[in-house]
Amino acid sequence: MTQYLIKNGFVYDPVTGIRGDRADVAIKDGKIVESSDLDKSARTIDARGKTVMAGAVEIHAHVAGPKVNVGRIYRPEDKLFTYQAKKGIQRMHGGYSVPTTFKTGYAYAKMGYTTVMEAAMPPLYARHVHEEMRDTPIVDEGAFPVFGNNWFVLEYLKNRELDNVSAYIAWLLKATKGYAVKIVNPGGTEAWGWGLNCLQVTDPVPYFDVTPAEIVTGLIEANEHLGLPHSIHIHGNNLGNPGNYTTTLDTLKLAEGYTANNRFGREQVMHHTHIQFHSYGGENWGNFESKAREVADYVNKHDNITIDIGFVTLDETTTMTADGPFEHHLTELNHLKWANVDVELETAAGVVPYVYSPAITVCGVQWAIGLELALLNKDPMRAYITTDHPNAGPFTRYPRIWKWLMSAKARSQQIEAFKNSSKVVAASEIASIDRELTLYELAAMTRAGPAKALGLSQMYGGLAPGLEADVVVYNFNPETDDPMLIENAVSNAWALFKTGVQIIKDGEIVSNGNKRTLWVHAKVPENPQVMRDIREKFLKYYTVTERNYEVEGRSFIPNPYPIEVEAPA
Amino acid sequence: MTKLVTDVICPFCGTLCDDLEIEVSDDGKKVTGVYNACAIGAEKFLHSAAADRVTRPRMQQADGSYKEVSYDEAVEYAARVLANAKKPLMYGWSSTSCEAQSKGHEIAELVGAVVDNTATVCHGSTLIALQDVGIPSCTLGEIKNRADRILFWGCNPAHAHPRHMSRYSIFPRGFFTGKGHKGRKMIVVDPRVTDTAKLADVHLQVEQGRDYELLSALRVAIRGNKLPDVVAGIRKERIYEAADLLKSGRFGIIFFGMGVTQSLGKNHNIDEAIMLTKDLNDYTKFSIMAMRGHYNVTGSGEVLGWQYGYPFCVDLSRGFARYNPGETSSNDLLVRGEVDAVFVIGSDPGAHFPISSVRKIAELPSVAVDPHITPTTEISKLHVPVAFVGVEVAGCCYRMDNVPIESRKVVEPPEGMLTDEEFLERVLQRVKELKAEQGAAAAAAKGKVTA
Repeated sequence: MTQYLIKNGFVYDPVTGIRGDRADVAIKDGKIVESSDLDKSARTIDARGKTVMAGAVEIHAHVAGPKVNVGRIYRPEDKLFTYQAKKGIQRMHGGYSVPTTFKTGYAYAKMGYTTVMEAAMPPLYARHVHEEMRDTPIVDEGAFPVFGNNWFVLEYLKNRELDNVSAYIAWLLKATKGYAVKIVNPGGTEAWGWGLNCLQVTDPVPYFDVTPAEIVTGLIEANEHLGLPHSIHIHGNNLGNPGNYTTTLDTLKLAEGYTANNRFGREQVMHHTHIQFHSYGGENWGNFESKAREVADYVNKHDNITIDIGFVTLDETTTMTADGPFEHHLTELNHLKWANVDVELETAAGVVPYVYSPAITVCGVQWAIGLELALLNKDPMRAYITTDHPNAGPFTRYPRIWKWLMSAKARSQQIEAFKNSSKVVAASEIASIDRELTLYELAAMTRAGPAKALGLSQMYGGLAPGLEADVVVYNFNPETDDPMLIENAVSNAWALFKTGVQIIKDGEIVSNGNKRTLWVHAKVPENPQVMRDIREKFLKYYTVTERNYEVEGRSFIPNPYPIEVEAPA
Repeated sequence: MTKLVTDVICPFCGTLCDDLEIEVSDDGKKVTGVYNACAIGAEKFLHSAAADRVTRPRMQQADGSYKEVSYDEAVEYAARVLANAKKPLMYGWSSTSCEAQSKGHEIAELVGAVVDNTATVCHGSTLIALQDVGIPSCTLGEIKNRADRILFWGCNPAHAHPRHMSRYSIFPRGFFTGKGHKGRKMIVVDPRVTDTAKLADVHLQVEQGRDYELLSALRVAIRGNKLPDVVAGIRKERIYEAADLLKSGRFGIIFFGMGVTQSLGKNHNIDEAIMLTKDLNDYTKFSIMAMRGHYNVTGSGEVLGWQYGYPFCVDLSRGFARYNPGETSSNDLLVRGEVDAVFVIGSDPGAHFPISSVRKIAELPSVAVDPHITPTTEISKLHVPVAFVGVEVAGCCYRMDNVPIESRKVVEPPEGMLTDEEFLERVLQRVKELKAEQGAAAAAAKGKVTA
């Protein structure tokens, strides 16, 4: 394997604590090594005047699977003006808010991302998710199966059978080759099976008679009992509604008293995703306002919680979530086309296009809330950059978010451009915040932080010797002190290495790499009760047989990377 | 001694029953028994052992007769036809695996083909409608476990999807539907008294071609607004009754077939059916689902969707993907004489396209990849028989509700036969070589001109 020495770049790496010093990064056999470990055959990359970071880690995006493909198929208009012809090793690719699989891989790579997590995998459709991930080049990927509305989980929790929940989680992760425990609108999506919802953490789930709070705490306990790499990954109840920040605080409080139990270096017991959508004040869309400070204050004070933001990027996009009732609510609001899929025994999903228009006050306030949450946050290792792609905006806007976070000037330009800028300013704090994040903080929010929260800090997120050689070089000179240049630089990595293979050279994609699929193999003691329940549910209620449910075979996961976990008896 | 293979997928219709048990001879070469399948599915498995099966490629001769050729010759011919064409049509894909579809798309990108599947003459109008208005849907298990209102519109599952009603929609007892069919109300909308209609609680015998009117009337009726005395041949009282029946359910579904996708109104009918479903969600929970025909037509749409962003009619001839049904759909291309070669796999346009299109296929350089002898293979210049997907080779398939299921291999194909994927892989490699030669020749010619 070729060795590389990336010389004299400005290095930003929270893992080794390098804050923009000129340093060399050495790559050998797919890993980061000390420069002295290289032999004479190493190729030298002159990164003088450029910014060097570890490959970025995406903790939450919707990039593969059934609802993503519904988004692609039912929005031909999303492909207008975006298509790129086949070029070199690149397949033809296109799409804006829901890019094709090929474009997904290339576009992430161009921004310096090397690991991407698909944030919601309906277990029955796991095969589809893996088929799409197989066709997504370059980036390592994993997928989170959804558990928060699963009948097994609901029934076990109704009876407080936590051992059974753990055994079932272990079985489902293996059957779907999934990575973590995802929860979307706990209980509410099951209620949606009857056209209903659970808006508060105390609303009982129809028939199953458990509450969202019981689902969340039960899954925290099971997750920590198993010692999984990632914590529970939750999208709470009552998403997107004015006044919902109280529900969010109620949800976050459920984590109080729990501490992380794992061997992967993860410290949180709850990751709350796209928290921007959950930090709303007001009683209706007329008096809608930011409650970012209340939510950020709570998160700052509780270090067993991590969040990602879900920045609104002011684009036309495609919303998609396993929160089925929310998408119905949204289509009633904007009267655009609505797709919905209820998945037997497991979950549901909805898809609705959306336009975050700078002419609409609410959209401007949503934009402000995302930035406030990041700027009011005190620990960049616990708050991560996402757009909940494509829900609050396409992931290709991350560089623009960097610009807004790094430059108060860029923010005030945007505030001035809002049609109702005085209303946006009145309903938020954004205009009074002058904090400007540094590249070091942004490296924590996009690399070291998410890698640690995912339990992957032993592989990704930093430039310490022994980590995977995922390294990006941006053509940005931090000494210029002009963050307005950052968007273009971060959109077009000058060089990228993935496990030691050069993917981007002089800004051009030159390799598809050898992407891996990460999944968690949790080994638990044999649980005959759970195995019997699984057999019975498949015989009576599923429409596929148990044997046909499991994702197997190399064609689905050509390059699997299982992470082994031994659960205690 | 025989052995039994269980959990086998039926590679016939979009119902994709996955509980088949196939009895196989001890040497693993012959299917000796098929259990749990419908008559059509069983025949598909048994046909693999037919004595008259074609096992080697055949090339049409000048006099119309066929001459057996080797797979090498078949690969060479197919690769040359595709590489030399300016705009070949690569049609079908619905009766093969997603792996083969994916391989075929690689070829299509290289040669600038139009990739279209059988939806173009089937549920293409449904796909256009869901691009207009979306689609609230669900998996078939939701119907089994929750649904108490089932509406079949312009479809006849009793004959076309024989196990649909017993596995998913009418008869099964599910979690919240312990009474089975006794707890469900069944409505059929069909101008004919089909075997499905005979089972229904309510049969609305719509006037032929008046589906749009009846769908609109139902939307009016569920809101409690006024109707004319008769709509689409049905008295208004019956329409109000049907509307009340739909609204009063806890969970309902509309299944619709080609009786409404390809009759007068086409995608507009489906627009209206989807909007009726959306309206019903203001009162109760309702879904809608297309009764997809081929066992993996859904898979073709999915693979095209994630690779190119469009589910059918994908034109790659300009070096990027374009989509414009009516322009980039197979029949329009054939009738206008816009394609100069035809490659068919996993379908039978010879039996289902208008005769004007079939004549065009017969005139053009053409390849048909199909295990059977079909009207298409009989008009194509080259017929390449392959192993049966789901019988002799495994591969991923998508059910009508988009649920992916891996089909199983139960017997060995006849000796020396290729699978779809293997054949396409060999064509791909040869096309790459030919394209490299063409590129080199073009560069040399350009050099001469410049000199």
